[in-house]
Amino acid sequence: MLTKEDVKKIVNEAKTEALEEQDLLIYTLHKIQDHYNENYIPPEVAEWVGEELNVTPAKVYEVLTFYTMFSTKPRGKYVIRVCTSLPCHVAGGREIINALKDELKIDWNQTTKDGLFTLEETGCLGLCGVAPVIMINKDFYGDLTPEKVREIIRELRRGDSE
Amino acid sequence: MPLTTNTILICAGGACVSAGEESVKDALERKLKEYNLQDIVKIVETGCMGACSLGPIMVIYPEGVYYQKLTPEVAEKIVEEHILKGRIVKSHLYKGEKGEVIPQPQEEVAFFSRQVKIATRNVGVINPLDIDEYIARDGYFALHKALKEMTPEEVIQVIKDSGLRGRGGAGFPTGLKWEFARKSPGDKKYMICNADEGDPGAFMDRSILEGDPHSIIEAMTIAGYAIGAQKGFVYVRAEYPIAIERLTEALKQAREYGFLGENILGTDFSFDIEIRIGAGAFVCGEETALMHSIEGKRGQPRVKPPFPAQKGLWGNPSNINNVETLSCVPPIIFHGPQWFKQWGTEKSPGTKVFALAGKVKNTGLVEVPMGITLRELIYEIGGGSPTGKKIKAVQTGGPSGGVIPAEYFDTPVDFESLTSLGAIIGSGGMIVLDEDDCMVDVAKFFLEFTVDESCGKCTPCREGTKKMYEILDKITNGEGTEEDLETLEQLAYIIKDSSLCGLGQTAPNPVLSTLKYYREEYLAHVREGKCPAKKCKELISYVIDPEKCVGCTACARVCPVSCISGEVRKVHTIDQEACIRCGSCIEVCRFGAISKVTPAVSVEVEE
Repeated sequence: MLTKEDVKKIVNEAKTEALEEQDLLIYTLHKIQDHYNENYIPPEVAEWVGEELNVTPAKVYEVLTFYTMFSTKPRGKYVIRVCTSLPCHVAGGREIINALKDELKIDWNQTTKDGLFTLEETGCLGLCGVAPVIMINKDFYGDLTPEKVREIIRELRRGDSE
Repeated sequence: MPLTTNTILICAGGACVSAGEESVKDALERKLKEYNLQDIVKIVETGCMGACSLGPIMVIYPEGVYYQKLTPEVAEKIVEEHILKGRIVKSHLYKGEKGEVIPQPQEEVAFFSRQVKIATRNVGVINPLDIDEYIARDGYFALHKALKEMTPEEVIQVIKDSGLRGRGGAGFPTGLKWEFARKSPGDKKYMICNADEGDPGAFMDRSILEGDPHSIIEAMTIAGYAIGAQKGFVYVRAEYPIAIERLTEALKQAREYGFLGENILGTDFSFDIEIRIGAGAFVCGEETALMHSIEGKRGQPRVKPPFPAQKGLWGNPSNINNVETLSCVPPIIFHGPQWFKQWGTEKSPGTKVFALAGKVKNTGLVEVPMGITLRELIYEIGGGSPTGKKIKAVQTGGPSGGVIPAEYFDTPVDFESLTSLGAIIGSGGMIVLDEDDCMVDVAKFFLEFTVDESCGKCTPCREGTKKMYEILDKITNGEGTEEDLETLEQLAYIIKDSSLCGLGQTAPNPVLSTLKYYREEYLAHVREGKCPAKKCKELISYVIDPEKCVGCTACARVCPVSCISGEVRKVHTIDQEACIRCGSCIEVCRFGAISKVTPAVSVEVEE
């Protein structure tokens, strides 16, 4: 858990990295989110960011809820982003989504009980050449079939229980 | 530096990485070391080579031999056979339409030989993390020429003369845009690169950023000089982590070499660039929404005018160009406007990068002269259908675009021609559709996307697209009426006319173009409860042909709801009421005994 001091440090770091001293809210929120394994930003921490940057809590909240990359609730260790764009759809994306929901026993924006997986939709990942595609944290998996995607999930589960 | 005998270019584009590029590279390195060749054979990880469906791929120089669909085992064999003994490993060369092996080198392979690379000139050719390789390909020479030999006005004139038009979608003349920003009064000006490419099916910007980040830095600096900006921002999608990483490294190198920062190349001109990361909102590709996001706000568009050239970032004059547009700038400055105009058509000079996806053999990125026909693009470069099924249409321009039926495939691809067909070039996504794709489903798909991505600021877009989606959903469920089609069309025109920004104004296009060319498909849905492509779940049933079924039980075993019954070696049947139409059974049946029928088989419900 980040302390108020940590937040202050992160904000100051962002200020030195930036060429413009103007509003650094989104930039800093990304940095805060990277600190949490659960891929989220606790609301009170977001409020501290607002204090440091002189931004009202309402505005911080507005930004947090507008952008899909930010979450105020803890997400799983593995955030699975499923491309739901047309190239993936025509290449059998629907079956991939069904297989994922079935294997994980969760719906969109839910996290598995063991806290391992969160299932989210994403716009085009730009890997249409190997559609259908999913992204798990920062890794891409392409040319998927229902069997392949189940195997990926099982592999991650196995790796985690070791 | 030791003398090298071979250079191996291995594609480290996103698609090849996902297909196992790293393990191939590891195998190469391991094997080279085993034969003590690590110092004389150089391995270079490049950006995307374009042929994504064939990955992982690599090219071995000096011969230029192109290898595809590699595995670690094949990579080891290539070291032993090709590198060590000079014998080409034929099994992994490019194969033609009938499976014939195409002679080398890479330049003779149809997929590559028809292309003209300007925007992607270095992508897949150089190591994006090595500024020296960029310089060796004439990199930063254009910046030098612009700063040392040209006035800002002359730079703008060259871009105007070249006829370069924005590659992000709208096709606005780039030189004119620069001139507006130059002439706009203000001490502080900004140069922005729009790297928030979000159109489903387009990934050229990611590919350029990952494969040739210096070309964007050079172009932005030239543009900054031309318009009189001191600072630049690259607004890039958070979904593109590799692009962000490589661009960050490239910026560092450019500063070290003095191509960015104070007094660039010893002139009075100072300029620097900063990356701003998006956070997942499609609307941020719209320029005013994008600027709001850079300012740290919700990415919502505003009314234009004032245009960004007058009032942009923090109220200062700003110029926004798309990644692909910018990457064309350095070669135009370097070679002159006439050089650029030798390709393309009169009104759309130059080349355009297209992302081929969907039902086509060679999916991936291709850069071709404007004016090429769709047929050449889809059949000659794309290799046609991978399954032999009939290609029905191509969808261009993503959610802002439309479909073009196969009978118009001889149309030249340029800004005007596609617009006249009710589609657009857009950012260059081309999704090839075949007879298995339902046009109502395609339209519904894009509407679902727009509903999701509408920022919610203006009512026509927020509420109107939702209503359109509901109607389309009704039609695909078999509950639509002919009256719904009329309402759909009416709504489409209202939303087009009254939305605030480009997202809403173009959102109805997929519906309008499918209604225009495929009205009979809509009518089959509403009149007969049929889905001609057999795609809409509610309108189809899976049935077993008793003549063909051998009772292997494969389908029954895979059915997730256990609705298939039958004894071993006897004909099986599907319980239509319990069937969820997931299609698992059809996939596993090796006897072709299961087929889809439309309309759905009616299920008798007991009172």
